[in-house]
Amino acid sequence: MNNDKNKYQSRRDFVRKAGKVLVAVPVLGLPVVLSTKVTTAGTVWQIDPYKCNTCGQCKTHCVLTPSAVKCMHNFQMCGYCDLCGGYLRQGVRTISTGAENQMCPTGAINRKFVEEPYFEYTINEDLCDGCGKCVKGCKDFGNGSLYLQIDQNLCVNCNECAIARSCPSDAISRISDKVQYIPKEKI
Amino acid sequence: MLAWHVVLFSQERFPRPEFESGYVYPEHQVPADRAPVWEYIDLVVLVGALSAAAWLALKKRSRQGLLWLSVFSLAYFGFFREGCVCSVGSVQNVALALFNNAYSIPLTALLFFIIPLLFALAFGRVFCAGVCPLGAIQELVGFRTVKLPKVVESVMISIPFVYLGISVLSAATESQFLICRYDPFVGIFRLDAPYTMVIFGALLLVAGIFINRPYCRYLCPYGVLLNIFSRFSNRHLTITPAECTNCRLCEDVCPYDAILPSDIGRPVLEPEKERKRFLTYVLLVPVFAAAGAVIFGTLSPVFTGLNSDVRLAREIRAEVEQGIPAISQAALGFKEAGTTEAELFEKEIRIHERFKKGSIWMGLFLGVSFGLSLVSLSTRTRRTEYLPHKGKCYSCGKCFQYCPVHLNKIKNDKA
Repeated sequence: MNNDKNKYQSRRDFVRKAGKVLVAVPVLGLPVVLSTKVTTAGTVWQIDPYKCNTCGQCKTHCVLTPSAVKCMHNFQMCGYCDLCGGYLRQGVRTISTGAENQMCPTGAINRKFVEEPYFEYTINEDLCDGCGKCVKGCKDFGNGSLYLQIDQNLCVNCNECAIARSCPSDAISRISDKVQYIPKEKI
Repeated sequence: MLAWHVVLFSQERFPRPEFESGYVYPEHQVPADRAPVWEYIDLVVLVGALSAAAWLALKKRSRQGLLWLSVFSLAYFGFFREGCVCSVGSVQNVALALFNNAYSIPLTALLFFIIPLLFALAFGRVFCAGVCPLGAIQELVGFRTVKLPKVVESVMISIPFVYLGISVLSAATESQFLICRYDPFVGIFRLDAPYTMVIFGALLLVAGIFINRPYCRYLCPYGVLLNIFSRFSNRHLTITPAECTNCRLCEDVCPYDAILPSDIGRPVLEPEKERKRFLTYVLLVPVFAAAGAVIFGTLSPVFTGLNSDVRLAREIRAEVEQGIPAISQAALGFKEAGTTEAELFEKEIRIHERFKKGSIWMGLFLGVSFGLSLVSLSTRTRRTEYLPHKGKCYSCGKCFQYCPVHLNKIKNDKA
């Protein structure tokens, strides 16, 4: 009886040990298998402005309210137009800074007279909610100097970006955190 | 005004102005970078918190200490770091990295996956006890304990296995990260979420007052892995610090049904019959595995709906074949991008094949898990003391204060 009991115990011990090896090996082997794919650099989410089709979901799909997506402006590309497709609504009767004429729903674009006939447009990031309306206007009627980027100071770097999941043009992807922005450059 | 109506195709339509007033271009600035150093700090905190949890649960045997650790983890990993990256979600990063060449996994995500598992192998589920922010928030609201009927409980605890399977499948096929998307508490950590998730999270917390840790028990996919690893742990939290007196005082106190009663009093009724049942279940494991593979293999078209490209292909096909206009943002983007429908449908077929393969593996995993759990139900036990169920026990330490031996020891230590 005593002998039987010992055998019973050792069989269980064997199963237990075998199980331990069975679960430990894959987990310890994981870094080896993935050794070529591991990066010590982290990743961040960023919009490729050349792929973006300004659908407007950056404003609505970000887990943050307001969205971490903001409009950026490359002045080197800007035409400084009086009739700015990013600043003014389509078909406005008068070109003025009146709220009813502005494309931006939050009034985040400042228009400043430089010299005849040029105007400088700057984005107030605190007001921008990343809807991309001005980006669309600038892309369709202007030089495309306005573009959307994820502000890495605001972004919480979700494991999966909620905007990327629904982005219709696959413009949002993980990029290495060595270079965290994809600015539009003058071609 | 005419300029509005002129259709212009290329960007950079207007030349760069030549300013005469000495205007200087403002600098083209992008916001500051995110500091990657935080992720490494997270790792250090993770290891520290896990060590602290192991010490508090196994050595110090302090429920209060574990609670304070939960408060810390909730504050740090939850509210301060806003819940990303967490070990629960890292399952998906690992799955994505294993099955896709284009994705390179950050070292921090890999270590967030591995380290709690290694701790589980050494000390049991100390990660759940006081490190996981999702566990912590539920632990802190669990005031009362209402036990569900055994049947309901045993059905519900199999949900995480399916959830794990589907979310790994979804991540491995580059579809979406389900665990992150349906994380009920991350919205609370960020104080910002879609209202459906806020309601879901709030409901879980309210339910958690009575049915403690509902997410951990009935949903958490990482818990499945911890459960498996913890079963083989070297050391584990014990209910009693010394020899169990079989006083039965702890019998009903565990909210998670994780206390295995001593069975010295229970006679073995029909050993021959029990042995036979055990053998039958062992032989049934491959049968369950095969059945799982067949069932989930056939179900794979259902899972493909998780993939946005497949959804897009379905929408486009409905438009082509049945004339239902495709108006989703994805469809509009697709039409704008100029890829052909044939390419899209080809891609859909490739994704379907990947899902098919993945679903079969998932079915195998679920079948084997189910079979093995039946086997473990029919193994004969000879416990001479009350022990925690190593797989189910969250090492929360609620049972300590019900053990007279533990209370005595504290009293003696103080004296």
